[in-house]
Amino acid sequence: MKNKKVIGGIAGIFLTEDKVVNAAYKVRESGYTKLEAISPYPIHAMEAACDIKRSFIPYITFASGFVGLLAGLGMVYYISVVDWALNIGGKPFFSLPAFVPIMFELTILFAALTSVGAFFYLCGMPKISVPPIDLDLTCHKFAIFIPENETGYNFESMEKMLIELGAVEVKKVMEF
Amino acid sequence: MLKRNQLVLGNKTLKDVTDDICEPIETIPSKEWMGLFLTAKTLFIFYIITIAMVISTGMGLLGVNHPVGWGTMIITFVFWVGIGHAGTLISAILFLFRQKWRTSVARTAEAMTVFAVMTAGIFPLMHTGRPWLDFWLFPYPNQRGPMWVNFRSPLLWDVFAISTYATVSAVFWFVGMVPDLATVRDRAKNVWRKKIYGALSLGWKGTAKNWSQFEMIYLVLAGLSTPLVISVHTIVSFDFAVSGLPGWHTTIFPPYFVAGAIFSGFAMVITLMSLVRIGFPKFKDYITIDHMEVMNKIIMMTGLMVGYAYGMEFLVAWYSGNEYERYVFMNRALGPYAWSYWIMVFCNVFVAQIFWVKKFRRSIPVMFVVSIFVNIGMWFERFVITVTSLHRDFLPSNWGQYAWSMYDTAILVGSFGMFFTIFLLYLRVLPAISIAEVKPVLGVGRDDEHAHGGH
Repeated sequence: MKNKKVIGGIAGIFLTEDKVVNAAYKVRESGYTKLEAISPYPIHAMEAACDIKRSFIPYITFASGFVGLLAGLGMVYYISVVDWALNIGGKPFFSLPAFVPIMFELTILFAALTSVGAFFYLCGMPKISVPPIDLDLTCHKFAIFIPENETGYNFESMEKMLIELGAVEVKKVMEF
Repeated sequence: MLKRNQLVLGNKTLKDVTDDICEPIETIPSKEWMGLFLTAKTLFIFYIITIAMVISTGMGLLGVNHPVGWGTMIITFVFWVGIGHAGTLISAILFLFRQKWRTSVARTAEAMTVFAVMTAGIFPLMHTGRPWLDFWLFPYPNQRGPMWVNFRSPLLWDVFAISTYATVSAVFWFVGMVPDLATVRDRAKNVWRKKIYGALSLGWKGTAKNWSQFEMIYLVLAGLSTPLVISVHTIVSFDFAVSGLPGWHTTIFPPYFVAGAIFSGFAMVITLMSLVRIGFPKFKDYITIDHMEVMNKIIMMTGLMVGYAYGMEFLVAWYSGNEYERYVFMNRALGPYAWSYWIMVFCNVFVAQIFWVKKFRRSIPVMFVVSIFVNIGMWFERFVITVTSLHRDFLPSNWGQYAWSMYDTAILVGSFGMFFTIFLLYLRVLPAISIAEVKPVLGVGRDDEHAHGGH
């Protein structure tokens, strides 16, 4: 991440959920598609407003769970059938029902940890926290951020647009 | 249409929510907290000394001996694992059912899960007798043959179940907390505070894209935790049920154990939440009497379920026509351990039924006392299952009593010291109510539902 250019931009601060969702729609309609909407809690209307596609984490969960299942089966098969075949109570060496709990637990373990890994990757975490645009964005304020590499980036006109949309404050952001 | 009760009282604004929930971690603790913490910590130190004595001297200090080979360690292990299950039920299963009331209690309930599983995990590790060789529990290539673990043993299934459960619960708890840690970071005045919470929050920004991924991972982890929590106590019950011993060898054990686990866990949630409401009066607006009432209803219902299981065990013992099976159950109710059986029945089946009366299930003192009774009753349930099935074997020469020693008492009491020490520290350093989850449900039941710009 070191070589990545630091990106700044412009941010409008909003005080209500309605206004920020509406602003996100309008900003996108104006052709600025690289916007980021920041809120202290998840807003479902925002996914439509920012045109965010459904996360593909569930596919990763399924795939890694399947890998976990096979890894569990492979492990118990190798140990109990190939490497250390013991006669236990006259049961067959490959006594599948007895292996189900192990396979199940490994399915869950692989699926959960890989999904969390995917979540961290998709969110670019963990990283050193950069100074936030506004300290209250994790408390009670909302923001629309437009990066400076946006096509047609112009601080003055964007400032005017954000204020018209109800922003109480517009800030120049050095690093996002 | 029936009007919903407000989930959060006091017409809070978004800022009020953050301020209220962050207050305990940003102010000097109260005298009550200090008093509780010093008591718990003293007990914890006592526990550590007890463990050191048991490990250095050997398991002989405890009452386990022929014929009762499983004692306090296993009983208390099952007790604490069971406690943990209610936390996952609230945080995962109720989330899947879209129960909005769970938001304000989910964080602390999940914390209770993590700490209860930590407390529980120590017991089987000590019960091996040689805890310095506990890594033998895991299958790894070794130079002893290689000698592998036996995958047909329920005790080994338990190793996998408990370690998976501990890992996934802790991850679920932490991931859900990341946005709130960012909130604490942004409020921090002190440099070190900012750095520590900044590191813990992993650089969370709260963009719409992040929230979208966050909600998905939360859903996925809830979906994974739900079958996991049921599998864990099922496998714990297999420790008993897979054996051929009368009194243990029953197919009712998995659902019976899971219902019992939820029963005891909710009782512990009520115990803890009553204390939290006293310790942090502002939380009364978030963890309301309505929340407590709902949980009391669950206690009442699961109490009936364990009651049904107790009855069904007797019916099946009689219906099986097996005289050993019949004897074990008659011996439970009328034999030398009848006192423990009737303590169990009284605490679990009868006491919780007081909640049929609305006044009682909305009274904090009443529910606190009931929750203590249920905790005691559920410990005795495991005592009854473990000890009464073992103490009279098939041969008269295998008859005996469990030789309860003062070390059994010390281990049992001390484990509460460990649990409460960690729990009290948690209340002071981490946001005890999910800030980001409470904010979207602020409007529920309010007349001005859209006052904060809600849904």
